Amino acid sequence: MSARWLDDVPSRGLLLLLLLLAALILIPAFANDYLITVLILILYFAYVGQAWNLMMGLAGQLSLGHALYIGLGAYAAAALYVHFGISPWIGLWASLVIAAAAGGVIGFLAFRFGVAGVYFAILTIAFAEFARLAFDHWPWVGGSAGFFLPVANYARNDLLNLRGSPTMFYYLLLAMTAGAFLLCHVLLRSRAGYYWLAIRESPDAAQALGINLFRYRMYVVVLSAAMTSLGGVVFAFYYNNLFPEQVFHISRSIELILAPIIGGIGTLFGPILGAFLLTALAEGVGEVMRAIGLDVPGVKQIFYGFCLLVVVMFLPDGVWPPLAKALRLDGKPSQDRSGC
Amino acid sequence: MASPARIAPGASVAALLEISGVSKSFSGLKAVQHVSFNVAEGEIVGLIGPNGAGKTTCFNLVAGVYRPDAGEIRLAGKRIDGWRPDQICRAGLGRTFQLVKPFAGLSVMENVVVGALNQSPSVRAAKAISASIIEQLGLEAKRHEPAGALTLPDRKRLEVARALATGPRILLLDEVMAGLRPTETDRMVSLFKDLNARLGLTILMIEHVMRAVMALSRHIVVLHHGQVIAAGTPAEVTRDPAVLECYLGEDAL
Repeated sequence: MSARWLDDVPSRGLLLLLLLLAALILIPAFANDYLITVLILILYFAYVGQAWNLMMGLAGQLSLGHALYIGLGAYAAAALYVHFGISPWIGLWASLVIAAAAGGVIGFLAFRFGVAGVYFAILTIAFAEFARLAFDHWPWVGGSAGFFLPVANYARNDLLNLRGSPTMFYYLLLAMTAGAFLLCHVLLRSRAGYYWLAIRESPDAAQALGINLFRYRMYVVVLSAAMTSLGGVVFAFYYNNLFPEQVFHISRSIELILAPIIGGIGTLFGPILGAFLLTALAEGVGEVMRAIGLDVPGVKQIFYGFCLLVVVMFLPDGVWPPLAKALRLDGKPSQDRSGC
Repeated sequence: MASPARIAPGASVAALLEISGVSKSFSGLKAVQHVSFNVAEGEIVGLIGPNGAGKTTCFNLVAGVYRPDAGEIRLAGKRIDGWRPDQICRAGLGRTFQLVKPFAGLSVMENVVVGALNQSPSVRAAKAISASIIEQLGLEAKRHEPAGALTLPDRKRLEVARALATGPRILLLDEVMAGLRPTETDRMVSLFKDLNARLGLTILMIEHVMRAVMALSRHIVVLHHGQVIAAGTPAEVTRDPAVLECYLGEDAL
């Protein structure tokens, strides 16, 4: 049986995608530690950006509180590991369930009571803030003093407990990013994908065509929350420390939506491209500033702001759609979605 | 002109859509008052009246956008007032919007597929249904264009295509002829005639283009100030003095 999910993928796009994947698989053999840490950051933002994009880009539900799901995922898996020695591979199921439940509660409140648009976004911020304050005062996970995972020098990578070298995390995130991309690709071509796009474009028309708005909005929020929480699990085991003031902070929520916005909201490749552009350029600017002896704090944030401004002014659809057109990857006439 | 109503008196044609005593007010403004009429299975009924008469409100009540303050609405015998629009669509009622609401960022094909998913188990089947509907509406040359790039007549056609794709038993058309050239109107009229004859599709249409109303409808209901002021065959309605005064004008026909 032919793979149906490849149906309308332009072969050039598939080829380029496989080349990119191959390059990313081979890079650690040549890269130094610094480059690996930058790439980890890129893949992290590509992954959580994709999860956010599912909700905003495909279904039009603006969340400005995705740090909530990062934090819940991070704390759940980390607490199970530290307190009970439970492997993060088991702990991540707790993260998924808890984040999905949180997404479900927010979605239920919003969609049952008709909270939409900006007010929905405010609701998501509010829940992230609740969580930040709650975790600040929860001694079991360290409160505001922070929660720490045991750190030691490991002779070998312990994949089972996610203890090991940055390279291990790099490959883990690469697999997650590729998996998220593939999942979104398949979802887009499913009933749910069509319904989400319809809801994004016009909820009234979507409902008149038989779409249960509440149900399909709930699906996307819960799915996005669960996906995001896995990013949190990796975050916890990679950085080994969690502070509510950082993990749940609104700046985290904003940070993770930049990649899809700059790459192209609603496109599958946008979050990946955006993460590359933003992180690589921000690191580059940081390096240059250090090199010329101007170590200004906050230069990265200013740079993010500048990038956002440029994209919003000149490329309101993000960088990917025009680039895809230039590369003629926006598809044969037989298919219509940007993002191969 | 098409021969007027030939439904034999007393013929027990089951009413597919029954609207009885329906009222709706918006903060004191009585948009629709005690409106009652039936649409029999396989019939084409025109709903006409001057601007602000409550025609679109009537549609929105039937389609579930608003809940009536009073009265009952039945579809195939089942009470549907108070249901959500998606539930009513799944019960077999398709509708178009007067102010078209295309999924602007999606292609024509994708727009219609969304509708077709209502009646088909898989995306693949929905695509097949959509392709044939797009062809019937003469949109095949534009199937890959984003709906936002269509001209108004094409958007109207897309509204019809999408509603048809849901596989309705009854189709509610809200001014789909407005803005069409006479030849395009004739084409649309013959499409609806064909769907009605071939598939037994029941149609309730709001229309100002009398050329289309007269060519299609076997029954016409006239609304004025939210109330039914006349109902009957086109011939009866167009002779009714009240209708002539408030809507058609002395020399409309």
